[in-house]
Amino acid sequence: MAAPVLRWSCPARRWILANIDRGPRHGRGSPTGSRSSGKRGQSSVAQQPLATAQKPRKGEHQWAAVVGLEIHAQISSNSKLFSGSQVHFAAPPNSLVSFFDASLPGTLPVLNRRCVEAAVMTGLALNCHINKKSLFDRKHYFYADLPAGYQITQQRLPIAVKGSLAYSVFVGKNRNQVINKTVRIKQIQLEQDSGKSLHDDLRSQTLIDLNRAGVGLLEVVLEPDMSCGEEAATAVRELQLILQALGTSQANMAEGQLRVDANISVHHPGEPLGVRTEVKNLNSARFLAKAIDYEIQRQIEELENGGEILNETRSFDCKLGCTVPMRDKEGKQDYRFIPEPNLPPLLLYDSASLPAGADPQQVINIDQLREQLPELPRVTREKLVQQYGMLPEHSFTLLNEVGLLEFFQNVMKETRAEPKRVTSWVLNTFLGFLKQQNLAVSESPVTPSALAELLNLLDQKTISSAAAKKVFEELWRSGGKTPAQIVSEKRLELMQDQEALEELCQATMEKHPQVVMDLKKGNPRAINKLIGLVRKATLNRADPTVIKEMLERQLSS
Amino acid sequence: MLGRTLREVSVALKQGQITPTELCQECLSLIKKTKFLNAYITVSEEVALKQAEESEERYKKGHSLGELDGIPVAVKDNFSTTGIKTTCASNMLKGYVPPYNATVVQKLLDQGALLMGKTNLDEFAMGSGSTDGVFGPVKNPWSYSKQYREKKKQKPHGENEDTNWLITGGSSGGSAAAVSAFTCFAALGSDTGGSTRNPAALCGVVGLKPTYGLVSRHGLIPLVNSMDVPGILTRCVDDAATVLGVLAGHDCKDSTTVQDPVKSFILPSLTDVSKLCIGIPKEYLVPELSSEVQSLWSKAAKLFESEGAKVIEVSLPHTSYSIVCYHVLCTSEVASNMARFDGLEYGHRCDINVSTEAMYAATRREGFNDVVRGRILSGNFFLLKENYENYFIKAQKVRRLIANDFVNVFNSGVDVLLTPTTLSEAVPYVEFIKEDNRTRSAQGDIFTQAVNMAGLPAVSVPMALSNQGLPIGLQFIGRAFCDQQLLTVAKWFEKQVQFPIIQLQEIMGDCSSVFENDLASVSLKQ
Repeated sequence: MAAPVLRWSCPARRWILANIDRGPRHGRGSPTGSRSSGKRGQSSVAQQPLATAQKPRKGEHQWAAVVGLEIHAQISSNSKLFSGSQVHFAAPPNSLVSFFDASLPGTLPVLNRRCVEAAVMTGLALNCHINKKSLFDRKHYFYADLPAGYQITQQRLPIAVKGSLAYSVFVGKNRNQVINKTVRIKQIQLEQDSGKSLHDDLRSQTLIDLNRAGVGLLEVVLEPDMSCGEEAATAVRELQLILQALGTSQANMAEGQLRVDANISVHHPGEPLGVRTEVKNLNSARFLAKAIDYEIQRQIEELENGGEILNETRSFDCKLGCTVPMRDKEGKQDYRFIPEPNLPPLLLYDSASLPAGADPQQVINIDQLREQLPELPRVTREKLVQQYGMLPEHSFTLLNEVGLLEFFQNVMKETRAEPKRVTSWVLNTFLGFLKQQNLAVSESPVTPSALAELLNLLDQKTISSAAAKKVFEELWRSGGKTPAQIVSEKRLELMQDQEALEELCQATMEKHPQVVMDLKKGNPRAINKLIGLVRKATLNRADPTVIKEMLERQLSS
Repeated sequence: MLGRTLREVSVALKQGQITPTELCQECLSLIKKTKFLNAYITVSEEVALKQAEESEERYKKGHSLGELDGIPVAVKDNFSTTGIKTTCASNMLKGYVPPYNATVVQKLLDQGALLMGKTNLDEFAMGSGSTDGVFGPVKNPWSYSKQYREKKKQKPHGENEDTNWLITGGSSGGSAAAVSAFTCFAALGSDTGGSTRNPAALCGVVGLKPTYGLVSRHGLIPLVNSMDVPGILTRCVDDAATVLGVLAGHDCKDSTTVQDPVKSFILPSLTDVSKLCIGIPKEYLVPELSSEVQSLWSKAAKLFESEGAKVIEVSLPHTSYSIVCYHVLCTSEVASNMARFDGLEYGHRCDINVSTEAMYAATRREGFNDVVRGRILSGNFFLLKENYENYFIKAQKVRRLIANDFVNVFNSGVDVLLTPTTLSEAVPYVEFIKEDNRTRSAQGDIFTQAVNMAGLPAVSVPMALSNQGLPIGLQFIGRAFCDQQLLTVAKWFEKQVQFPIIQLQEIMGDCSSVFENDLASVSLKQ
């Protein structure tokens, strides 16, 4: 960049400084010195499960919480919304900045077709009405990482409106009761992302990185149809899956590709809605749920103690697990919206309205995009349930873990084992190991082929379930060996020698006459003890059902 | 040679009567001689000479790039130029060197034009006098013309001539003066409310405001995006058409330019105007109009009539609301456009660093003049949530009505509208600054800004000299994207009226002693 740029460059080590990431919209709180922690013992309140918030306590009114979300999803696109700069996460600071991104005077926005297509596809997938004409507006505020002094957004007439997002929450003791819910989508709008500010409190300076400035965002506004943190987090997760299936956003919260702000209020059912607060800086689904539940609880307590709720912006402090007010005068800011004069109205067509002889490069056909929509998560899950007789909650788990569905499908391709058994192994054993070691599916030392082979051995009754678990552990520990190798090395095959097994049964009964007596006295459970003893003697290599048959035969003879 | 038109000198270059370098040097020398006019903020001598050298090579090899190859041009200092300071006559951008060329600048350079320098203006093009820039006011070359001086001498009271110089009009006064004083053959101005046509009229040159969307705004530092158009200042209508032919067309960097392929702008020589219908908007006959301009306007109408054209009175009923409406829309967009000047990425930055907000405030206070700050404040007021409906939305509705006025008139069969460009001829600086910028702008733009609201093409053509020996121009307004038709009519008119050439022998020839004195006293003052 030829323009004089001061204080821009940022040595890599600076990244460890407080990197307070903000969305490109309101909520521009200065992050320094505003953490009024410990004001009212927040952490203990935050620990309380949501249920208490909604159950009436003795002699009190019932409270209901109302939660709406504003979600910013970074569009997966090679270049920015209005400029040709590339989009990369974690590129060197200020290396992806065009003249337009730096707001050099005289530069003009040029709309990126890919971003429009992504917005239309997302709108279609979320059952929205796509506006054939939408408009761009400028939203003004001064902030160091907003070079033009305004953000180009779609305030008056967004590209998509009035949609819905279906999601399911699981309740009950084993969390296996499905409740299907729907949240209405108010609108989806295209807008620019802002840059990033890094506040260096030691030197009291702010460092600006404009790489993100101008990246295309989809702002998805969810109506306040949710009532707790879990619902919100589940809805966000579902949206994330949809965006990823569409390829319109990588929607990785940790990398800031998906950012969520929550509007929260509480009221007594039947009475008008309460004053709402907005909670920002929610960069994981877990924190989102925690922050919302904390905020609901805080509002209830505030009101019950005779206080009042201020219409304010709060940020979630993930270390303290509580929300704190942001220091800025956000609520009083007037964004002085004005139509963006440099962009003509965005016109979209469908097959019926497409002008004859239109250059396909110059027009976007909604119907054509509709045909190109990939399978959405809901359909994928229904197919799993139908095809494999899977429980619905299992289909959810398969999709919710990144890469798990693909892993499952690859195992299915190579094994003769029953789908139910495969599901159980993938969701219990495999996922359990991953979670225990905090690994992603892609980092698993066990390949789908290895698990498939192992399940084949189990299916053929070459090994017992217990032996299979051992083989799996071994596979996990020492990658490279095949399950068959492990089975033979560790001599884990099931005992096929019936005579030897008969002898072991006989010997066991002789060694434990007391147990045999119990059994004969009519304690049916005593046989399990015998089975266990025999299995132990076989080093777990015998099938317990076979042992049981043998023992019963010998006892009755 | 310098007195010729662009077309004439282009022929001379082709025929080898003069080389681009000689031409360039003559212009540079005249720029130096007329430095006191303050027409240029930056003279890009080295760039121009290098371009001239390259042009000369092309002519030697026999493949020149076209009619503009080797032609000295000037560019208003609100168009971005790679490696050349672009200041907008503001402290805010003093020393700012853009890393890219505006599309129109690039197009001129691609045709081999020689960039002589960047011309003076009102700060950020906000004004109608070219008096409100940080580099000082521009002086109208006609102040020093034989025509004006002779008339002046007849006057009994011998006022001090230094304080009696005339304004150029604005905001593209530097460009108008540069063309008028023969320091270049064409200049780019910008036109938001009349900023090209107004100084063209006062400096006796042709000033064209093309249809909105015909010429790219990419690289033009905006005043009001929805009204700004790059303007063209030349010494004759044909030259303006030639330059328009180079500049017009879709630009992928400006989404508001039209995609349709551009037709030729070569102008036929009209011999018969009997099929033309000329509209005379009755609302343009305002009390403030000087009797001289009014009588020339009538004379022009009669000229068309006598040659067989149909001349009819028409009505643009919403004209009187135009200035107020323009004020609201202009300041609102200004408030928005100026938000980027915060001292962070480029331009002026104050020394205060206690906080980002304090830095913004001081930077903007130091960087902008009162006019700019005033417009930012009013604009932000109009855009406040509680005012938006009452001001901005209403102004937009009025704008639509004004645009519809023109549509109705053109639909009724009128081909071109004929109006005055300005209320009067150029006034002395000392008179001009008696009013504040806002009043002056409202008066200066009275006949021109409605055209910008409607996005129409319009051109000011000099008609005759006033009793004082100063130029008076008239404005022709055409249908949207009928720029060629508009210019064809203007060309016919130009031929009929035979506007006299400015006589600047004192400046152009070897400097007389009087002239020397003039220069000395001016430089003392500065």
